[in-house]
Amino acid sequence: MSLTRRKFLSWLGAATVSTTLGQAAQAASNKHFSGYPQSHGVLFDNTRCIGCRKCEEGCNQVNELPGPDRPFNDLAVLDKPRRTTAKAYTVVNRYENDGMLQGPVFRKIQCNHCLEPACASACFVRAFTKTATGAVIYDPSVCVGCRYCMIACPFEIPAYEYDQALVPRIMKCTLCYPRIVKGLLPGCVEACPTEALTFGRRRDLLRTARERISQFPERYIDHIYGENEMGGTSWLYLSGVPYREVGMREDLGITPAPQLTAGALSAVPMVVGLWPVLLTGVYAITQRKEKIVKAEQEQAVAAAREQARAEAQAQLAQALAKAAQEKEAAIAREVKKALEEAAKVPTEQAAAAPPADTAQTPTEEES
Amino acid sequence: MADETAAASKAYLTPFNMVAGIIVLLGVIITVLRFTGGLAAVTNLSDYNPWGIWIGFDLLVGVALAAGGYVTSAAVYLFGMKKYHSAVRPAVLTGFLGYALVVLALHYDVGRPWRLPYPFIVQQGSTSLLFEVAACVALYLTVLFLEFSPAALEWLGLKRARRLAVRLTMALTIFGVILSTLHQSSLGALFLIAPSKLHPLWYSSYLPIYFFITSIIAGLSMVIFESTLSHHYFAAKMDANHLREKDGIALGFGKAASFILAGYFAIKVIGLAADDNWHWLGTGYGFWYLVELVGFVLLPCFAYAVGVRDKNLKLIKWSAVWTVLGVALNRLNVSLVAFNWHLPSGERYFPHWMEIGISLFIVTIGVLAYKFIVTRMPILYEHPDFQGEH
Repeated sequence: MSLTRRKFLSWLGAATVSTTLGQAAQAASNKHFSGYPQSHGVLFDNTRCIGCRKCEEGCNQVNELPGPDRPFNDLAVLDKPRRTTAKAYTVVNRYENDGMLQGPVFRKIQCNHCLEPACASACFVRAFTKTATGAVIYDPSVCVGCRYCMIACPFEIPAYEYDQALVPRIMKCTLCYPRIVKGLLPGCVEACPTEALTFGRRRDLLRTARERISQFPERYIDHIYGENEMGGTSWLYLSGVPYREVGMREDLGITPAPQLTAGALSAVPMVVGLWPVLLTGVYAITQRKEKIVKAEQEQAVAAAREQARAEAQAQLAQALAKAAQEKEAAIAREVKKALEEAAKVPTEQAAAAPPADTAQTPTEEES
Repeated sequence: MADETAAASKAYLTPFNMVAGIIVLLGVIITVLRFTGGLAAVTNLSDYNPWGIWIGFDLLVGVALAAGGYVTSAAVYLFGMKKYHSAVRPAVLTGFLGYALVVLALHYDVGRPWRLPYPFIVQQGSTSLLFEVAACVALYLTVLFLEFSPAALEWLGLKRARRLAVRLTMALTIFGVILSTLHQSSLGALFLIAPSKLHPLWYSSYLPIYFFITSIIAGLSMVIFESTLSHHYFAAKMDANHLREKDGIALGFGKAASFILAGYFAIKVIGLAADDNWHWLGTGYGFWYLVELVGFVLLPCFAYAVGVRDKNLKLIKWSAVWTVLGVALNRLNVSLVAFNWHLPSGERYFPHWMEIGISLFIVTIGVLAYKFIVTRMPILYEHPDFQGEH
């Protein structure tokens, strides 16, 4: 029994180590990760975008994705809002606006390459990696296809090859990781004819964005989307209209995704450490209670038996005493009887001699 | 000879077997479609809705309803409530079958099921709540198998192996409670990463605790519910001891469920207050939330309490069904109904009939396996060779 328990505890210890190793739950510390210092990003300025879909085409070509359902120069697809799919890492949507700006506003959607990605935090085989270049890349050779990354992503980016029976992959923008490590531009940035997309170091892009806002304060909303959203993203956005009007969520907050689960994860080793103590304790208390109950029962039985024995003894003694008394009484009675018998003889003799005397005595007393 | 064959086939052609047979046949067909055409061929899943009822029902509801195993064995072996001893084996069996079927269902849902061991043997994504769920479910399935094994070994007459398995009872029970605490709560914690997708009434930092507490409630209620069903269909298999303890189990577990439901109601209200979500109660989702909280938590709590006070077994049994439905509703609300609530209705998910077909198929396999086992192994009675030995 004790050996088995020890074995289990050592297993639990191993489980604790494996769940805590390599994970930095920083919810309760003052550490803050503000991105790899030299990492890259892209700035998208929607006041410059004309909705030509050239970026979609460029992306499609460099990533060798399957051909589109409708050609890239068919702008009628912009009539309906679209999202990223397994066949399109990036899409452009059109939003009508009735504000100061004339004409529609466009929004380009692709992976934002979060500084602390929700997908990477959620993946149970570490298929996602945030590289020092800024790109969040995916390794299909370990992916199980659980799609928890799709649940986790606040920007609803990862797509899945639902039509693949046996080898489905998660599909998403890689920031053209294979190209940027070679010093090339991402496909979409290279294809953009209006410089709505700027590739560069994230730090520099933030400076550029701030400069544009301060230079043209009437043209831009005074907010760089992606600077702090979900802890910051490698893609940054400038907009001429409120972000919610182009379908970008303003309620995501600035907490990096890993921090949302850090508390729950940090409870795991505590449970593993304390539950065995608590439960063994409960078991010990139960056992002890049972033991006490048993002992008390035995004691009660013993006491009852003792009492019964004592009572019996007392009764016996009493009975003996009574018997002895009775015997004595009987002896006394017998002796008395014998004495009386003995005494009777002379009395009878005397009575036979003068009977008149005895009859006279009460008469004398009456008078 | 021909008459014998006819008689034998007649014995198998009961309505139950026929319905089960049709479901299994359908399940096999859908299985073939799933593994030839992919998820797109048999599900309504989409890039917006990566998880459907195979996760919402088969995994989340399945694991919650299989909680009877750890709840009962903890009550009897750790807390010393020996008068519930006859409930342990059926509860452990249902737990074991439940978890085995959860794992089976996952083989349909994940893209490459043969890679399910990858998180353990290739790369550990230990920052993921899903890693914790996977690790605990895998370990707990093993624990349940070992906890169940004495019954199978008695059936097979392997006395020495059985003695070994029985000796592990205490360690396995403690290990089982630890693992259950962890993964029952982690299933709720899975959704902590998506505050922007889950409706604020259901999203709470207390989600892990809510899931853990409701698993105890579901476990208690399932034991009562299964005991009712077993008594109805397998009364002949029950020994005197089982029949004698049965009503006491319903009363005791009903009382516990009532208390824990009350506690759960309290912490739900605390969560509502902590996040200051009162204003949401006036919306459509708020109404649905109240249906869940009042209709499937508070009312069953009262029903149980009244049933226990009046020793009304019928009311207790119906409260158990009611509560089980309530926990199932909660899991479906978190994973499907209130999830992606921000999306336009055209992008929302509703299960394909073939998804329901597979879920039904898996439940049917569970019922058939349960039937196979209780009609053969000493689950509802004590094996005559091992009276009072465990």
